[in-house]
Amino acid sequence: MQQLTLSVFQPGVLISLAVIGVGLALLLRWTLQGREVDRRVIFAFIFVSVATPVLFPITFEVKATPIAKALFEKIESLPEGTKVMISYDFDPAMAPEVLPMANAVVRHCFQKNHKLVFIAIWATGQSLLNQTLQQVVAVEFPEKQQGIDWCNLGYKAGNEGVMNVIVTNLKKMFPTDVNSTPLEQIEILEGIQSCRDFALIVSLGGGQPGPKEWILYVGDPGNVPIGAGTAAVSAPQLYAYYPKQLIGLLGGVKGAAEYEFELMQKYERFKSVDAPGIRMMGPQTLAHVVIIAFIMLGNVAYLRTRRKKGGAA
Amino acid sequence: MKRQIPLVLVLIFGLFMVIQYFIPHESSEWIYEYLLDWITIIGVFALVLGIWSLFKVNYDKISQRKPDRGYSLVLLISLFATMFFGFFAKVDGSWGLHFSTADGLQSYMYRHAYEYIIRPIQSTIFSLLAFFIASAAYRAFRARNVLASLLLAAALIVMLRFNPYLGPLGDYISEAANWLLNVPNLAAKRAIVIGIGLGMVATALKVILGIERSYMGKG
Repeated sequence: MQQLTLSVFQPGVLISLAVIGVGLALLLRWTLQGREVDRRVIFAFIFVSVATPVLFPITFEVKATPIAKALFEKIESLPEGTKVMISYDFDPAMAPEVLPMANAVVRHCFQKNHKLVFIAIWATGQSLLNQTLQQVVAVEFPEKQQGIDWCNLGYKAGNEGVMNVIVTNLKKMFPTDVNSTPLEQIEILEGIQSCRDFALIVSLGGGQPGPKEWILYVGDPGNVPIGAGTAAVSAPQLYAYYPKQLIGLLGGVKGAAEYEFELMQKYERFKSVDAPGIRMMGPQTLAHVVIIAFIMLGNVAYLRTRRKKGGAA
Repeated sequence: MKRQIPLVLVLIFGLFMVIQYFIPHESSEWIYEYLLDWITIIGVFALVLGIWSLFKVNYDKISQRKPDRGYSLVLLISLFATMFFGFFAKVDGSWGLHFSTADGLQSYMYRHAYEYIIRPIQSTIFSLLAFFIASAAYRAFRARNVLASLLLAAALIVMLRFNPYLGPLGDYISEAANWLLNVPNLAAKRAIVIGIGLGMVATALKVILGIERSYMGKG
């Protein structure tokens, strides 16, 4: 089954293809004439291929891959009121890829009435977590109460050291939440001694520490299921842990789009919310087309040069 | 003694950390957590040392009027301004110490430094990658020999799997890409991970047994 489908008869698709097609045809002619393509021309093409679908949006239908669907199904299958930990381990550089999946996972968990405990192992994760709380939780789930339905334990310095401790003792690293409320006074944390008491931990990030460290320091020793969302560049490294040590993985913009699409298919209310993952598939796909075209042009130029050299010899 | 005491300490703590992993007892976990506290404390000292080193290198550059000292000045101003707004905030009209509190994290300057400086800078640098990848792909991804051709074909298939413009051909490409990711990629990745793991064990043993001593510096 094809994972992505789109109707070609959309203004965005037609304009993008026309602009890029004409440009690439001209470049092919240059290449056949033996002229090297200047890198500024390549930069201009990438700019156009990303900007055009932003100005003329392209809509896709995205089917989830088994690895992304596994995370969706896991959250779907947990009984109501299950306690889930979500760790924001990323920075603004990764945010365009990882924040949409973070928001989608939070939406899904709250839709299923799970209880969420947020933490950040990256200093930059704290502010991005606030963004989710302000733009998703406060707006779409105003009935969810801090301390009862969710709590924010904030950022803790120490990287893998933090994970090493919270796998056996959560309070030791997080004696209070971000509002300085002692953990004992937070209702949602009743009965939670360590990470082992969570039914699922979702690590969102693509660097170190990130999902891999959550698997090594918490998932494996604590026997806790770990799900992950990561930037596209880090995704292939995590495939090795799926499906036993990593129950599911969302990789890059595509992973975010897959999760958003699954959410829309399952729950009517999410059809009207913003889906940046799906929206960003247009610019990403077109940029891929341009990169592929340039690789082919590069090879045409290379084969031409080689043939010329062979002929001369 | 100067060399022997660190070697003995490394041997004792190294062996303890190996053995405690296999002892699922409360006392073992307590000692382990106690040692992790030490790591945090040492980490804090390392941070202070790092900030001092950063300050000294850049201060020397400015005081000796070296070229590009302007960048050092910007770095030092940014460093101390961020630190200041991390510790102090204006809450209810008055300035005070609000380090790592909810008020401190939500303070105007701290939040805006993140939202309007760090965030756009990081996003810009990361997004520039797309331009460089395209340019590098054009110049480097060439079918020079069999291995390069295989790499080229694999890269094209994996990139095309995201592409809906291919119509029904997309199904086959998607299947081929999934096979590439799940079979050769996974096999190579697992081999690398296991290899790195074995290498780490060997290095750790060399350090614990005192064969590898470069961490103590010269002398």
